[in-house]
Amino acid sequence: MSAREISRLVVPRRGQSVWLISLSAGAMAFLAVFALALSVTSAQLARTWSAALAQTATVRLAAPPEEMEAQTAIVLEVLRTTPGIESAHVMVPDEQAALLEAWLGPDLPLDALPLPRLIEITETSEGPDRQGLRLRLAAEAPGAVFDDHTRWRRPLAEAAGRLRSFALVSLGLIGGVTAAIIVLAASAALASNGQVIRVLRLVGARDRFIARAFVRQISLRAGLGALVGTALGMGALAALPQAGGGVHLLSGLGFAGAGWLLPLVIPPLAMVLAWAASLTTAFQVLRGVT
Amino acid sequence: MIVFEDVSHDYGGGPLFRDVSARLEKGSFHFLTGPSGAGKSTFLKLCYGELLPSAGKISLMNKDVNTLSRDALAEIRQRIGVVHQDCQFLDHLSVEQNVALPLSATGRPVAESDVSDLLEWVGLAKRADALPPTLSGGERQRAALARAIIAAPNVLLADEPTGNLDWDMSQRLMSLMIELNKMGTAVLVATHDLQLIRFAKSQINARVLRISRRKLQVAGADL
Repeated sequence: MSAREISRLVVPRRGQSVWLISLSAGAMAFLAVFALALSVTSAQLARTWSAALAQTATVRLAAPPEEMEAQTAIVLEVLRTTPGIESAHVMVPDEQAALLEAWLGPDLPLDALPLPRLIEITETSEGPDRQGLRLRLAAEAPGAVFDDHTRWRRPLAEAAGRLRSFALVSLGLIGGVTAAIIVLAASAALASNGQVIRVLRLVGARDRFIARAFVRQISLRAGLGALVGTALGMGALAALPQAGGGVHLLSGLGFAGAGWLLPLVIPPLAMVLAWAASLTTAFQVLRGVT
Repeated sequence: MIVFEDVSHDYGGGPLFRDVSARLEKGSFHFLTGPSGAGKSTFLKLCYGELLPSAGKISLMNKDVNTLSRDALAEIRQRIGVVHQDCQFLDHLSVEQNVALPLSATGRPVAESDVSDLLEWVGLAKRADALPPTLSGGERQRAALARAIIAAPNVLLADEPTGNLDWDMSQRLMSLMIELNKMGTAVLVATHDLQLIRFAKSQINARVLRISRRKLQVAGADL
């Protein structure tokens, strides 16, 4: 029976407030894991989309059938002599058919359709002078349209960035709500243990000792609850069906590799949050007790 | 050690007592009597700073109670042992742990032998592991006394400590307090039990103070 041992026991370990703290910290940690995963995934998504579209472009060539080959040769020549273009590849009818199959089905006679010719471009890391290239193509092959995917890439990157912002705001809100719940729970714990506080003050305990006794228990409970919530959240993420072949927002939500260590910061953070919130509350409540 | 100078106190409905002056010196033994509601418990609470005077000055261990910080008051309370009629224990801790509380809660080492010796002294050695709700009235009072004196206080304040006890147990508890006083602890016991006061006065030189008509008087020698 040491002084340290007794001081750890002065606050009863049972009571509704104890469960409230564990439960709310657990629930918030569970949600925080998802918000964190959303933040990480959306950032990764934005990077993937941008990278996939950044160094590619397409020239779409519409011309009468008898001029198609001549116009194609002109466009290829323009591209060959344009700095910043690494390679250009004219899509053959089979490749175009494969692209359209998802929309028009496999049996449609594509030969009968007046399809434009598509030329895939791979850019160097510096990329071409886009405006200059557009002007040259307009002058030499009027039916050619240069598409650098900006109109696709920008909204996608913006959407992914916005999603990430939402996820970060959610994390902030979760932290704020957790702190508010812990403040309420700490007040309830202190109020329901009025007898403990009175006895401790009677025997000469300082506010610091009393506050520490409550704060220690509240922080440990919050940490324990957050640990369980985090584990459940990570388990739920791991159990989500994964789609192969890249990052997807719904089926690819989660972490990769060492990224799975990231949610492990949630329990200690919850403990720190609980410690700060309950310490402030404890001193406020104790000031009203003689 | 505890000095009242022209102290008045009221709870908002008129003064409970007025212009009270008293001194509690080292090694003294005082009884505080008076009818129910006269202010005995209030007087005791003023003695350990749970209440502050409405007027006048109270010095605890030579420090003005009105100017004490919360930490300074806590330090002074470490030198004042208090026994309440309702004892006020932490019901989830054992008797032994409750008795050791004034030491553990103030960062002082707890010597198990001291605690067991003290429990032996108050006759509770066999109840050391019991929880307070399982104790009888007499056992609770003795446990409260043990807790009040574990840290060797300079002053012991007891508020109706024998209120719920039979005569034998009351005598036993009073004997413990007399023994403690003989070791140098100042004792102030609030009680309306005149038989108990006579019992104590037959063994020691105790002064009897009486709160009556809002004043503190020294009671007559006929007690």
